[in-house]
Amino acid sequence: MINEESVVEVKNVFKSFKTVKAVNGANLQIKNGKFIAILGPNGAGKTTLVEIIEGIQKPDKGEVFILGKKWKGNENELHRFIGLSLQDTYFIDKLRVWETLMLFASFYDIGKKRIDEIIELMGLEEKRKSYVVNLSGGQRQKLSLGIALLNNPKILILDEPTTGLDPNARREIWSILLKLKEKSQTSLILTTHYMDEAEKLCDYIIIMNNGNVIKEGATTQLLNEDHGDKLMEFTFENFIDDIDSSDLPLSLNWDVANQKGFVKLNKVENDLTVFMNFIKEKGFKLKTLECRRKTLDDIFITLTGKHLNE
Amino acid sequence: MNKILRYNQLFQLIVANLKEVVREPGVLFWGIVFPILMSLGLGIAFTRKADSVMKVVIIENNKLPDSSSKLKTFINSSTKKTDNNLFSRKVVVAEQKLGNTIFLFRVTNWQDAMVLLKKGITNIVIEEKNNNIEYHFDPMNPDAQLNYIKLSKILNNKKIIENKNNDNIKGLTVSGTRYIDFLIPGLIAMGIMMSCSWGISYSIIERRTKKLLRRMVATPMKKSHFLISLITVRTAMNLVESLVLFLFSYLVFNVTIQGSIPALFLVFFTGNIAFAGISVFISSRTSNTEIGNGLINAVVMPMMVLSGIFFSYHNFPDWSISFIQNLPLTMMADDIRNIFSQTTNYSEIIYHSFILTVTGITFFAAGLKLFKWY
Repeated sequence: MINEESVVEVKNVFKSFKTVKAVNGANLQIKNGKFIAILGPNGAGKTTLVEIIEGIQKPDKGEVFILGKKWKGNENELHRFIGLSLQDTYFIDKLRVWETLMLFASFYDIGKKRIDEIIELMGLEEKRKSYVVNLSGGQRQKLSLGIALLNNPKILILDEPTTGLDPNARREIWSILLKLKEKSQTSLILTTHYMDEAEKLCDYIIIMNNGNVIKEGATTQLLNEDHGDKLMEFTFENFIDDIDSSDLPLSLNWDVANQKGFVKLNKVENDLTVFMNFIKEKGFKLKTLECRRKTLDDIFITLTGKHLNE
Repeated sequence: MNKILRYNQLFQLIVANLKEVVREPGVLFWGIVFPILMSLGLGIAFTRKADSVMKVVIIENNKLPDSSSKLKTFINSSTKKTDNNLFSRKVVVAEQKLGNTIFLFRVTNWQDAMVLLKKGITNIVIEEKNNNIEYHFDPMNPDAQLNYIKLSKILNNKKIIENKNNDNIKGLTVSGTRYIDFLIPGLIAMGIMMSCSWGISYSIIERRTKKLLRRMVATPMKKSHFLISLITVRTAMNLVESLVLFLFSYLVFNVTIQGSIPALFLVFFTGNIAFAGISVFISSRTSNTEIGNGLINAVVMPMMVLSGIFFSYHNFPDWSISFIQNLPLTMMADDIRNIFSQTTNYSEIIYHSFILTVTGITFFAAGLKLFKWY
């Protein structure tokens, strides 16, 4: 079945730059039509890994197969199936939006009809005749995404497509990608350090840190494993060194440095009452209390001791 | 527009590069207006002789009585007072063909004279000793030499002829023999070199820095098409810039092309090939615009100085002339000059064109081999 075909396979890939191990034994398999996120802080090795997949970098060790083929000797054929948007790409400043699309369309022998479709899909109708240099960051990113989608790619690779954009522009990009997910069989590899972006868009998440894949799995599976998918975050009025939670039937962690506590919740209604009684008995004065879903950032903190965006 | 042509990638690359160039007003100014202004400035400066001013310091000698001092007599009888505090006396020698020479004199002591020499305000000091006038100057300084010749001439004449007609000087005004005829072909050749170096090299380096090269080669774009489009646009721009400069010099200075037009086109195109190839080579690796600036300057500056664009390279030492003559810019400038002045040596032009083409292709191939697309 076509849906089960692997469009990208990364086998035991290593890549170092001088003394830095950028990618340290990555394995990856992307099925047709699936959206995957490579999540990690700056310097985690995300961009190097996608550049190896894009054929821009050569791995020191390991193999990459795109649609069952290696890059070497198949560059021209494989470029036709891939659409990509790099981190911080600039286009020709004094070229208009439609002219830029026309230029890239000519590389794929694509006609004007597709250019019009892309302009509409990206919501760039009003900016059609604007020079690229006059576009906002969000509009430029939309143009970059539009160029990536010109050839109806089988594999779309987006390297931090919403970094530096305001919340509205980010949501617009997400909406375009969700529409694409719904209507096409394109597979997406997205690198990001925004956990909400990965959660919202992707079926499968790979978390990287210092060149290593430290966790991977289906998005829902990652968020629901261990002690459920909700947690309570709280702070106190006074400075607290330690909390003796041996008589609390819940899992409590106290972060002394940040003066923040976390309790993993199974059932909010019951666990909240138990926790409030515990606080009263101990005589602590609560400053803030928040019940929320567990996020990928919480998983990352558990695994590395630091936040994703640090 | 032909539909096939419209979606052809080479055509689209050429159109995109051309639009980028013509939509940038600065590019048009530096490419077209600036060479015209330079030719106008230099043309006027070297076609209308301005007054030459020579500042001379005279050492005061109080031991000699006024009546027996040649210099004192000269100052008192032949010079006029000026408004200048430093050089208070002057003599004007008006010459119709060579322009006026104004001699400014300051009578002072040796200490003051040394200060003026060190500051470069004067380059000649004269002193009267034993009824003789002694001239103190650096014999290696051509300006000081000229001052000495002109000054000794007026000091030895009993009477200064104030308005010489110089009938024996026959000014060369025949088209092809003036400084402007020397300058314009040089400016055209230099324009081609500069335009290729900055237009091609800088454009490649900037696109590499901005990751546009990386983005473009991640498509089925042919790499050769990208470079060919840049070279084509640059050659077209060079043609326009050269034609505009020539047209201007024809209208203002009556500079004409007396030799073969096809030979001129041959030199033009082979010169473009040479500098386009060199430019691709210069920009083949670096992704840093500052390093790029340095590399481009390292190539163009020596040629600008050595290749005889503004003044003849025959003033350089003999041992260096054959090296200079083999520089691409010298070959192109010499050939264009020869064609303009109809002293065309066809065998030399064909030989130079061959060398320029081979130079361009060799550098292009080497640059392509080293080229860093990512």
